[in-house]
Amino acid sequence: MMQSTAAVSISASSVATGAARSGAARRAGGVRVCGLRGEALACPSLRISPAAHARLAVARAVANGAVGGSGEFDYDLVIIGAGVGGHGAALHAVEEVGEACSGLKTAIIEGDVVGGTCVNRGCVPSKALLAVSGRMRELHDEHHMKSLGLQVSSAGYDRQGVADHANNLASKIRSNLTNSMKALGVDILTGVGTIVGKQKVRYGVGFPDKEITARNIIIATGSVPFVPKGIEVDGKTVFTSDHALKLESVPDWIAIVGSGYIGLEFSDVYTALGSEVTFVEALDQLMPGFDPEIAKLAQRVLINPRKIDYHTGVFASKITPAKDGKPVLIELIDAKTKEHKETLEVDAALIATGRAPFTKGLGLENINVATQRGFVPVDERMRVMDADGNVVPNLYCIGDANGKLMLAHAASAQGISVVEQITGRDHILNHLSIPAACFTHPEISMVGLTEPQAREKADKEGFEVNVVKTSFKANTKALAENEGDGIAKLIYRPDTGEILGVHILGLHAADLIHEASNAIALGIRVQDIKFAVHAHPTLSEVLDELFKAAKVNSGLSHSVNEPVAA
Amino acid sequence: MAASPAPFSLSASTVPARLRAAAVAPLAAGPRRRGRMVVRAKIREIFMPALSSTMTEGKIVSWNASEGDRVSKGDPVVVVESDKADMDVETFHDGIVAAVLVPAGESAPVGAPIALLAESEEEVAAAVAKAQELANGGQQQAPPPSADAAATPPPPPPAAEAPVAAPAPAAAGTKGVATPQAKKLAKQHRVDLAKVTGTGPYGRITPEDVEAAAGIQPKPKVTPAATAVAPPPSAAAPAVGKVPQAAELPPVPGATVVPFTTMQAAVSKNMVESLAVPAFRVGYPILTDKLDALYEKVKPKGVTMTVLLAKAAAMALAQHPVVNASCRDGKSFTYNSNINIAVAVAIDGGLITPVLQDADKLDIYLLSQNWKDLVKKARAKQLQPNEYSSGTFTLSNLGMFGVDRFDAILPPGQGAIMAVGASKPTVVTDKDGFFSVKSKMQVNVTADHRIVYGADLAAFLQTFAKIIEDPESLTL
Repeated sequence: MMQSTAAVSISASSVATGAARSGAARRAGGVRVCGLRGEALACPSLRISPAAHARLAVARAVANGAVGGSGEFDYDLVIIGAGVGGHGAALHAVEEVGEACSGLKTAIIEGDVVGGTCVNRGCVPSKALLAVSGRMRELHDEHHMKSLGLQVSSAGYDRQGVADHANNLASKIRSNLTNSMKALGVDILTGVGTIVGKQKVRYGVGFPDKEITARNIIIATGSVPFVPKGIEVDGKTVFTSDHALKLESVPDWIAIVGSGYIGLEFSDVYTALGSEVTFVEALDQLMPGFDPEIAKLAQRVLINPRKIDYHTGVFASKITPAKDGKPVLIELIDAKTKEHKETLEVDAALIATGRAPFTKGLGLENINVATQRGFVPVDERMRVMDADGNVVPNLYCIGDANGKLMLAHAASAQGISVVEQITGRDHILNHLSIPAACFTHPEISMVGLTEPQAREKADKEGFEVNVVKTSFKANTKALAENEGDGIAKLIYRPDTGEILGVHILGLHAADLIHEASNAIALGIRVQDIKFAVHAHPTLSEVLDELFKAAKVNSGLSHSVNEPVAA
Repeated sequence: MAASPAPFSLSASTVPARLRAAAVAPLAAGPRRRGRMVVRAKIREIFMPALSSTMTEGKIVSWNASEGDRVSKGDPVVVVESDKADMDVETFHDGIVAAVLVPAGESAPVGAPIALLAESEEEVAAAVAKAQELANGGQQQAPPPSADAAATPPPPPPAAEAPVAAPAPAAAGTKGVATPQAKKLAKQHRVDLAKVTGTGPYGRITPEDVEAAAGIQPKPKVTPAATAVAPPPSAAAPAVGKVPQAAELPPVPGATVVPFTTMQAAVSKNMVESLAVPAFRVGYPILTDKLDALYEKVKPKGVTMTVLLAKAAAMALAQHPVVNASCRDGKSFTYNSNINIAVAVAIDGGLITPVLQDADKLDIYLLSQNWKDLVKKARAKQLQPNEYSSGTFTLSNLGMFGVDRFDAILPPGQGAIMAVGASKPTVVTDKDGFFSVKSKMQVNVTADHRIVYGADLAAFLQTFAKIIEDPESLTL
């Protein structure tokens, strides 16, 4: 009650400020149901300038339920780590007009470079390399070119040019991120941040000596490549994605340890640039994280026809960099029996065995928080849990550091969710609505459950699961592009029409998935979305095809006007 | 990475005849080398099925059965991807999968054998031998492949199938490390990696080594890896792809290889065939002032110079039927009943000769009308065979380009071809010794000397010149 009163008065004043400054109300009157699980809040959100935050301090305090006035803390929000998660949270914090407050005074602490892994050593530079590999592939696919009626003379590449493209892209995005935060009034503090006590952070370069207080703290320190024991990384012949993205060499033959997203994307890059690739996968199947059917097709499209072979069910127990006139040596042991199986001799090895949280030196012990395998334990609201299983007030952890879903956009979404909560609106992010993509050629994307996961859940909860599939071969635009390889599958509940998962392998799959992920986030059901119109001829009709093919038993909901919050 | 098309084209060309035979008598493995001994055995081929009415070729998605597996009738042995869907394909017979001819990931035309099924253990060896033979044939393609690799003259590299000779084991002393692509190729071409000498870094077996062992000459087609290294600046990318083995005609680095279109292939074939004809040439200068004047007159009525020349040639041919004849068997004259003038026309990326039929009988206006239609069809590539192959005499005119004279090559099946140069103002002296400037063009006729002799051509050209120099008859 108190909150809502405050909200009214604040909104009244902020409307004037915000509208006057930005010229238009953003999402004014928009209904927000995104990603909510039950608490569908409807509140008008308006843009407000960071300068307004001082005036709103009282309301903030009320909304936060915090004691004392605004002067008590240096910042409303301090974020440790300026990766994509921290950046997303910071932007939302300074921009957002909450139900009861807005424009949090925000600082972000970064000990390395703004942008974090994604921008500097991950998604961003790898997309630059993949853009090159996609074109190389096309130019070298004589058959494909010929069937389009094109004649191309032999294509080559300049390694340094490719590497520069990746590097330039990273610096460009990095400066974009930095500028966007500066422009909105986020204080960027340099150094390593350590939590020294409740709502208290120390930071600085070399010898951290500056201490600040914050009403709320978000840990967003991300992750680093995980290198298993026994593997000696020299950065030249045995390296992680951090080094690989610099593309300092294109080895003749490279072993990629791990066949997840990272490994798969790099196999796409390296084979396009002329390398041969050997996958080393500990599990019995390649691409273990993917829906099995997608993995099977991916193997057929992305592995088998390329210069790739693989060893599954084996660990790389020891990897020695090339030296003394010897190649890189990789000792493989059986994943189950641990018996030595084989020694590979290759020119280089890329360790893509996943990522480990970067949470050391955070000072979590000062507040009785114990990490689990390095991850910071959190509840569904990203609130940090202490060693006794209690919520640590005013402390959150987002992104790779909590390990819930190690994707850049998941971190950002979690950060936004946290800001929502600290500005007085409860919010729980539906992780099942977060899409994921692998930018191979063609791309792979997915959202929600895989088919086995869905069937397991169905067995447990006693509902039925249906699957419909369609092929890119049936899509006009895909055929026009001569890219008929690929499938899309929809996993749904025939009783309610709820979308449980969508998996796509095919041209531009990464862009196509959002119709499905938005539908899941908004709780739109198959029987509703199938009436939505898709432009013809577009790849989006692949999803249209799925929605139309899905049979729903309940004839209850046929409204196309009202989104249903599931 | 286009899968090697060699085996497919083989299947397409050599196998269909055998397809219908349920059981094929295969070549059995001889004691020393594969001999030509015929053994009666039941070896069946598993064909690429037609899964839809529009399917012409199918891609093997995966083999459910591998070599050596026993399968029974009705078992799904292979998954095939057609233009529409993936389908399990069942075997119609019991037996042992002796050899997979088309590995997973590759395509084969409908009806081509994709595996061999032996009825019993005893026949497996025979089937394997047969598979080897098919595979070898596929790789060498052009020359009729002899099954014994050792006898194949051009590729000298360590023969893959050669019986283990003394030097082989020593050379194969490398630890047998092969790159992923080398392994793939070895499987595809049935090369025993143990017998291949690696030439790559650390003595590893490279794809090139396997290809050499399989007797495949490095073709320009295998360029993807090699081209990656083509631009030298990538110093830090040392040798992506090895130096290709010496080929007979190495591809020109950086050059573009553009295969002939169907039309260009046809031209090429005809040109080569023409070398078998003893042709000779006779030239003749012709004054064209009157023809030019006539042309100006009839031009508004849609008559082109090409038609006028064709008509003139046809009228001359009517008086000299031997020039309109052809020599088809080297023993006789074939006099054509019609005078059909083929006119060479350059079209996009090629050359075609639409034919003005009965050019001697039709008037120039009708011929012009026909000509317009023919050219339009030629441009649209819609000419019917009789509209471009029924010529009895060919006219080729490069005058519009300013060419003053040229020789044409005689097309097969015709006795003569006329090459017309540009008409140019020239100082001429008449029989009274007066100088004047007249338009003169040079006409050269190439003819088959088996039937057309010099005097014949001279007489024909004289008639032709008369018609051109006094062209009123053309309009009749």
